[in-house]
Amino acid sequence: MTAAAPEPVTPAGPSGAGQPAASGPVLEVRDLQVQIQTRRGVVRAVDGVSLEVPRGGAVGLVGESGSGKSMTLRSILGVLPPEAKITSGQVLLDGTDLVPLPTSALNRIRGPKLAMIFQEPMSALNPVMRVGWQIAEGPQVHLGYNRSRSAERAVELMYRVGIPDPERRFKAYPHEFSGGMRQRVMIAIALSCEPEVILCDEPTTALDVTIQDQILRLLAQLCSESGVSLLFVTHDLPVVAQLCQELAVMYGGQIVERGPVADVFREPSHPYTLGLLRSAPDVEEVRSSLVPIPGSPPSLISPPSGCRFHPRCSFAEQDCSEIDPPLRLLSSGRATACLHYERCLESAQAEAAR
Amino acid sequence: MGRMTFVGRRLLLLVPVAIGVTIIVFFMVHLIPGDPARTILGIHATPKAIAILHQEWGLNRPLASQYWLFVDRLLHGNLGESLYYTQPAAGLIWGRLPTTLWLIAYSAVLAIVISIPLAMLAATRKNGIRDHVVRVVPLLGLGMPSFWVGLLLQYSLALTFHIFPVTGYGSGIAGHVRSMFLPSLTVAIALAPVVIRSLRASMLNVLGADYITTARSKGVPGRRLFVRHVLRNAIIPAVTVLGINIGFLIGGTLIVENVFALPGIGSLMIQSIFNRDFPVVQGVTLVFGVLVVLVNLLTDVAYASLDPRVRFDR
Amino acid sequence: MSATTLVTVAPEHAARRKAQWYRVPALLAGLTLLVIVLAMVIGAPLLTSHNPNVQDLNAILSGPSGQHLLGTDQLGRDTWSRLLYGGRVDLQVAFIAVLFPFVLGTILGSIAGYFGGWVDLIIMRVVDIVVAFPFYVLIIALVFVLGPGESSIYIAITAVGWVAYARIIRGEILVAKRQEYVLAAQSAGLSNLRIMGRHLLPNVVTQAIIYAMSDIVQDILAIVTLSYLGLGIQPPTPDWGTMIANGQNFLTTHWQLTTIPGLAVVVTGLALSLIGDGLADLLRPGQS
Repeated sequence: MTAAAPEPVTPAGPSGAGQPAASGPVLEVRDLQVQIQTRRGVVRAVDGVSLEVPRGGAVGLVGESGSGKSMTLRSILGVLPPEAKITSGQVLLDGTDLVPLPTSALNRIRGPKLAMIFQEPMSALNPVMRVGWQIAEGPQVHLGYNRSRSAERAVELMYRVGIPDPERRFKAYPHEFSGGMRQRVMIAIALSCEPEVILCDEPTTALDVTIQDQILRLLAQLCSESGVSLLFVTHDLPVVAQLCQELAVMYGGQIVERGPVADVFREPSHPYTLGLLRSAPDVEEVRSSLVPIPGSPPSLISPPSGCRFHPRCSFAEQDCSEIDPPLRLLSSGRATACLHYERCLESAQAEAAR
Repeated sequence: MGRMTFVGRRLLLLVPVAIGVTIIVFFMVHLIPGDPARTILGIHATPKAIAILHQEWGLNRPLASQYWLFVDRLLHGNLGESLYYTQPAAGLIWGRLPTTLWLIAYSAVLAIVISIPLAMLAATRKNGIRDHVVRVVPLLGLGMPSFWVGLLLQYSLALTFHIFPVTGYGSGIAGHVRSMFLPSLTVAIALAPVVIRSLRASMLNVLGADYITTARSKGVPGRRLFVRHVLRNAIIPAVTVLGINIGFLIGGTLIVENVFALPGIGSLMIQSIFNRDFPVVQGVTLVFGVLVVLVNLLTDVAYASLDPRVRFDR
Repeated sequence: MSATTLVTVAPEHAARRKAQWYRVPALLAGLTLLVIVLAMVIGAPLLTSHNPNVQDLNAILSGPSGQHLLGTDQLGRDTWSRLLYGGRVDLQVAFIAVLFPFVLGTILGSIAGYFGGWVDLIIMRVVDIVVAFPFYVLIIALVFVLGPGESSIYIAITAVGWVAYARIIRGEILVAKRQEYVLAAQSAGLSNLRIMGRHLLPNVVTQAIIYAMSDIVQDILAIVTLSYLGLGIQPPTPDWGTMIANGQNFLTTHWQLTTIPGLAVVVTGLALSLIGDGLADLLRPGQS
């Protein structure tokens, strides 16, 4: 078991002053199902996912590629590719279900309430539009700002996300910026209409480690300053440790474990999480050797019977191939989808003791 | 590198092409089987007339010096003298050039106006009924002789319904717009298939791009999304395709001018062919070559204006 | 890798292609249409008993009747037979005319692409210069200079049309010559000619063939246009372009004289374009 993750730079929670103590999570996903029609069959990309994002909090969504985490984010915002459809479930933003809303209604929410940051900032920014105007577009469309006022706001935002010399760089095009700068532009765009939740789709994956760290600190800082909530998708565990208070682990389109970050890292209650922690290098202490998880990700068209992880699980028993375990609540805000989670906990504790 | 240097560099690259154009046009004389002068002047030519032509074109001199003579005249704006009109060919051509330029511009505009909505229809409903219909239309259009289309348009809209004049150039701007509509539409119809295809392809490309997802996630509404994000990007490769096919556009004006009796350089060329007026034919060919080269340059500049990534290459 | 292994790659690939051609709808539709057109045109003597050139001044400009399926033109010639025999001439000339630029362009393009250097530079400059002229302007000017008639058409089309093939083939060769099988052949000591002819060409020629389909359509249009202007197929030989020209004076009264030959061109063009598109789908999967 790798040593404890570095000191998290997490926000303490909503800044408090003047804000009514709102009850309930700001974003709630209930039993979401997303299916994709392909020539070879129906892909169940998201298969009964439920999670919650508390007000002002940062939640991490972790998993391998193909686990359905990006699809989950996109379905929250409603920007799925045309072949994919939400077949059941609810997405509640402040209590309102977004799933049945028509595009025109969704467009009013995107920006002022909900925003998204993407993985590849070069391809995610319009190459022929000046960066400043891309940031200004949100306020123009949603807040009714005229050209000059929205431009001012854009410069403010650029300053806030740490882009040097904002007045001059307003006129620049995306290809003139470096990767880290472009990601800051994306963050500025996301912030432009002061949303309640920002969905982050692996925004640091394509960046160098040092830049990664800068961006994460920026996000944490913005979070604590303005109380905006984050749902942060990544396959990179140390990142989650650095930024989030809670995390959910996805495998094969389902959530297999959920809980506070520190607890899950210390005592994972699902073999997959255990495997992830074992196979993730810890920059600070390379003590134990890296152990990759054997096997390959499951087919989402015809997933394995019973628990989807059982073909690759070293703790698997007879009933694992027969029963598809639901996500069950444990004590202290944790949840797991493993039938034999106690064995996993024991193993994790044993390693930690070593 | 700014826009001016870009244009300057392109101009420089054109010089060898321009020279080549003059060489080809020059050689046209020498492709004529037998004695060029005799063939041009016809059976009834007197020996004296033939001798004069020989003298004027320097046909007795070695090839190289003939070419220098040709280029020298060219640089002085002398394209030879029309055998039919006994006027300098350059003046004739210059006088009729505006009509052709009008036709070219008008046709390009109409081609774009036709193509954008159709391409958009096809791209946004990919593989639907509308998409397939829009994809079949160019297949039909590619096979239509432009003069035939022109004749049919004349028949239906001019002769039968009297909406547009049958032939002629009209007077005043309004008159031009009205008279030139059918001929420009004819040329545009010939060009549209290619433009629709490439616009559709580039729109599909753009629609699948990440920055469109970003714009959608910003909540940018449909029409603004389409114009400022999709179209603005999709039009860049389409401009290139238009530029490549500008040769066809310009060539198409040749026959259309004939069908609609427009006083442009295309109809001048065809008339001169029947008048066996070689200097004029040669002159018009040269002007067409130069026109294409210039329009290609314009397209390059337009492309650079539209795509900021190109402007800033090292 | 020996030379023999290289050769075995190609036939396998070809067998896979042939197996699926009938599944591409465009190709099927186009071939069917083309076969119909060709059958009608080739089978002209069976489909009509009239001689297309015989004039009957007692029956000028008559409408469709039992005697004359599509009526007659201004000199009393039977339209239906002129349509069929004219099709023979136009299609024959077009199909032959597409071969010369294909061969010439492929050869020059291969040389330019394979050898590179100054050979490439010169050939490509010439291409640029030819391309600087509008297609029809050069064709018409050349036909003028050479005198009207069938052979002028062949020469003019060849002189102007080779450039497209040269560009396509050169592009393909530039990519293909970096492939491993070429390097293997070179290190096996095969001569350049053999490499170009037996290994490179079969793999790159597909693009040119696809283009050739649209080129035939262009050639048909060029031939018809030249004939319309009086510079192409000379009377009394029937041809679609001349028919349209003859009919244009009678547009208001007998529009079918002009419309029908044009439709014949459009239908043939459609067939060939469908085949071209179908071939493109077949040989470059995932490009549609």
